[in-house]
Order: sequence, then C-alpha cells, then structure tokens
Amino acid sequence: MGMTMTQKILAAHAGLDKVEAGQLINAKLDIVLGNDITTPVAVNEFKKAGFDKVFDKDRVAIVLDHFVPNKDIKAAEQSKTCRDFACTHCVSHFYDVGKMGIEHALLPEQGVVTAGDCIIGADSHTCTYGALGAFSTGVGSTDMAAGMATGMAWFKVPSAIKFELTGKLPYNCSGKDVILTIIGMIGVDGALYKSMEFAGEGAHGLSMDDRLCICNMAIEAGAKNGIFPVDDVTMAYLKGRSEREPVVFEADSDAEYEKVIEIDLSKIVPTVACPHLPENTHAASELSDIKIDQVVIGSCTNGRMEDMEATYNILNGKKVADGVRCIIIPATMQILRECVQRGWYTAFIDAGAVVSTPTCGPCLGGYMGILAAGEKCVATTNRNFVGRMGHVNSEVYLASPYTAAASALTGYITEYVEG
Amino acid sequence: MNTQGKVFKYPDNVDTDVIIPARYLNTPDAKELALHCMEDIDAEFVKNVQIGDVMVAGWNFGCGSSREHAPLVIKTCGTGCVIAKSFARIFYRNAINIGLPILECEQAADEINAGDEVTVDFDTGVITDITTGKTYKAQPFPPFIQNIIRCGGLLKSLKEGENNG
Repeated sequence: MGMTMTQKILAAHAGLDKVEAGQLINAKLDIVLGNDITTPVAVNEFKKAGFDKVFDKDRVAIVLDHFVPNKDIKAAEQSKTCRDFACTHCVSHFYDVGKMGIEHALLPEQGVVTAGDCIIGADSHTCTYGALGAFSTGVGSTDMAAGMATGMAWFKVPSAIKFELTGKLPYNCSGKDVILTIIGMIGVDGALYKSMEFAGEGAHGLSMDDRLCICNMAIEAGAKNGIFPVDDVTMAYLKGRSEREPVVFEADSDAEYEKVIEIDLSKIVPTVACPHLPENTHAASELSDIKIDQVVIGSCTNGRMEDMEATYNILNGKKVADGVRCIIIPATMQILRECVQRGWYTAFIDAGAVVSTPTCGPCLGGYMGILAAGEKCVATTNRNFVGRMGHVNSEVYLASPYTAAASALTGYITEYVEG
Repeated sequence: MNTQGKVFKYPDNVDTDVIIPARYLNTPDAKELALHCMEDIDAEFVKNVQIGDVMVAGWNFGCGSSREHAPLVIKTCGTGCVIAKSFARIFYRNAINIGLPILECEQAADEINAGDEVTVDFDTGVITDITTGKTYKAQPFPPFIQNIIRCGGLLKSLKEGENNG
C-alpha cells in the first residue's frame, strides 16, 4: 500500500523509506513558528529547560501579529519578550511592527515556507501552508520550545481523508465557501487527527489564495493538516519568492485513504457558519433576515489580495449601511500597500469602512472591533465560538469576503449577486 | 499517580476560547490566567474547583486555538484530570507536554454525573465513580507518551534523553 502526500513528506523528514498511519516518528523541521501570544510561553519553557541556543537562526520565525501595534501594557511586555529573544538568538525571520503581517499570510508571501517543508507553528492555523504542498501543523508553546532547541518534533503519522474536487466555483463563491461547506458536511471533529488531502481537476483550478484559505481552516474540522498537490499554480506562486528550493511530493497512486469525498465546486453556494460552531452552516440566502452590527474583513483566513479585491469590487462607489461598522484589515504590509496604490484604500473609506494595519485583532476578541452583548457580526475570520469576538452574548457569522462585503451594504446577511 | 475529587461536567466541543478567553492572553502568567478558566461557559467553576477535582466532557474537548494556556489554566486551577470522549489534537499534545493528565473514555464521559466523587488511576487508566460505585477503564497511553509524562513534560524528557546519550 502506498503513502499519502502527507505521509511521504513525513517519511522524508524522518529519514525513513516508508511510514504508515499511527506510527510515531521523530521528524526534522524546516521552520518553527511562533507569535506574540505563544512565543512568550515558549521562551519561558525554553529557558526553564536550560536551552541556550536555537537549532538554526534561519529556521525560526517569530511574528508579532495578535495584539500589535501593542494594544496595552501587558501586550507590550509580551512583544518585548519576543523581541529580546529574537535579538539574543539572531532570529533572522523576526517580524515586528512595520514589516509584520498576519503570520499565515506573511510567511507564504515572503517565501519563508515552501513546497515539501515540514513545519510546526505555535498557532493552530499553521496548517495554512499545506496550500503550498508542505506538511504544516499547529502545536503548543512547549512543542515550539522543543522545536527551536532541537529542530525536531514527534508526530503520530496521520491517516487521511481525500477530497476529490471537480468543476469550477460560481462567481460569488471563494475558497471560504468550499471549506465552510466541507466543515458543515463532516463536522468540527470530522477530520480529527487526520490529514485533509485535496485533489482532482477542481483543486488545480483554484487560486493560491483560495487554497491558503481552505487549508487554513482544516483545523476547524479537527484536522492535523490540509494539503494541496503541487502544480503550475504553486510553482508560479513560489517563483521568485521561495527562499529555499521547493521539493515536490506526490501521493502514491495506491495511497490508502480512510474516505474519499467528492465535491463539485460548481454546486457550492455562498455559505455562512452561524454561532457558535464552524460546522453550523447554512446558505447565506436563507439568513437574509439576520440584522448585523459589524462586518470584519481580514484575518489569516481572508485578508489576502483576492479578498481585498472582492471587497473593493462590491464596496466601490457604494455606502456601508447605516448602523454597520465595517472593518477591513489587509493581512500584511505588502497587501496594505497594494490597496493604497490601487486606490482601494480610498474606495473603502469613501464607502464608510475603516481600514486597519495588519493584526489578528478582532478575530480572537483582542481589540480593533470588539462586540457588545447582543451584537452580531459577519466576519471573514475562522471561528465563531462563544465570546470569540467579544461579549459572551455576541454572535459571529463566518462568511466569505463576497458575502461579508454584500452584507455590509445592506445591514443584513446577504448573498452577493452581481449587478 | 492518581487523583480524587468531584466532577465538573461539560458538553461536546468545549473550545480553548471558553477555557481561557483570548482577551486575557496579554499575559503568560498562569496564576493570573487561571482566575478566568471556563468563565464564559461556567462562571462558578473557578470559585468551586478544589485540588484534585475532575473535568468530564464529551467529544473534541479543547478544539480551536493552539494556546497552551488552556491546559495550563486547567492544571493551575488544581484540576487533577480531564476525562473526555475525545480530545482535539493540539490540546491533547499540549496537555501531555505540560503534564496535565487526560484520559479518553466514552462510557465514563456518558455515565459520570456532575458532582460525583471519582478517583482516577493514571497508571492503569481505571476510573472509579465512588458515588455510583461504577468503574471504567480508559486506554492507557503508548510507552513513548508515558515516558514524557514520567519525565514531567516534553522538555524534561528531551533533557533526560540528552543526558543519557
């Protein structure tokens, strides 16, 4: 029996010819990542255990993104802990205010992560980089500390669910609608401990931004990782960007999957996950009587260039509905700069939206758009748990940038329709 | 190793945002964070929990964010063990790495009631509900993970490995 794409990457990084599901392995890491929330805990563990150097200063990435520019004194102290550690250990991929971005938009954009990599990050959405054909998974701070010290991590080799994609997405749907549909179908633990491997001609037809969005939310189905095959779209994206040579792995033709699920992309509809679980999905068109107070467009899920473009195309020349706060957060400085250069920033302001510098901010209820009791928000973020964006009695509806921008204009959850 | 205490019962899909809301994550201080453990779904938990008490929950406990602060606050509150039908994978890893005992046992999670007095033996995986007199057997950890627990966490096990050659 052959190996899945994930199993092949893990085998190569463990120095083994073959691995199988359930096997415990020790694998070499290409990148170890942390942010301003998880790194301080890792630094503490690293020091407590008596480690005095990182395994490779070029293979550690520390991104300040959750609460920066520092939201308060305590956040400032956490950023300082990260900054001091990065300086002491000459960490080359340290991203502070001015050059930071939301980590999972930033690392692919800057070419820090590439195809064939084995990556851990002390952030659950580290699974995003599977879009590039890498094995990439979220861990905690202690794993990050161990990874920084040794360049290795232990893994239980996962089994996989294969998603065979066909067809092309409708004009008003994006990768977000695909992954929300899948989570609605299999549930928030539908892929627990497993890989989600995407394949088929439909997968090759998806843009890199859509693939990054889909892999980003693999964790919302409980998955260890999500992964796309490497193709022309991947190579075009990595060209001139990837710091290291990409390595291409392919699933064996006789790889074993626990399940194969076929999805016709042309049948996907604009989808919204209602409170308080990402699996609680409905067609946006069925929710048109839900009145909203806020719209957030951004995050590691949907703060990329195509998301900004969808938002611009819908908001340009129009006005955000009275009573709605529309907050747009380009995910990296490069994306923000591009929005300014293309005149989109002005269009957003003219429409009555506000634009923030990159931050995770409201997605996790940090700052920059916290909800009061009873308020409802349509967000392009990734979680709608109780209290996620503010008060325990507030509500988050997860949607694509198309649905979020269209909803900002009407003040109700709205399916985007052209014209 | 074992623990004995009363049971706090929770549903399926308890996420790390309710275990410790992100609005408090501007500090890594476990004692300060522990004051807010579970507050968005059970404001009484922190007031009532005593050393050795046991959380019993449904499927997919600890889903969501990778924050290690989640198992850390549960442990810091004095909780002796979490029993669930299943755990989200990052939470599972983090709990082992920081030395919070966790056990998967579907039947125990179904049958044990809130407020029951239970004992848990981590070495054998035997859970005893003293209130009802019933016993349950959870799957023990594989030896590799038992070693991490025996050493007192991942980093200590790595250090021990280094010292041993």
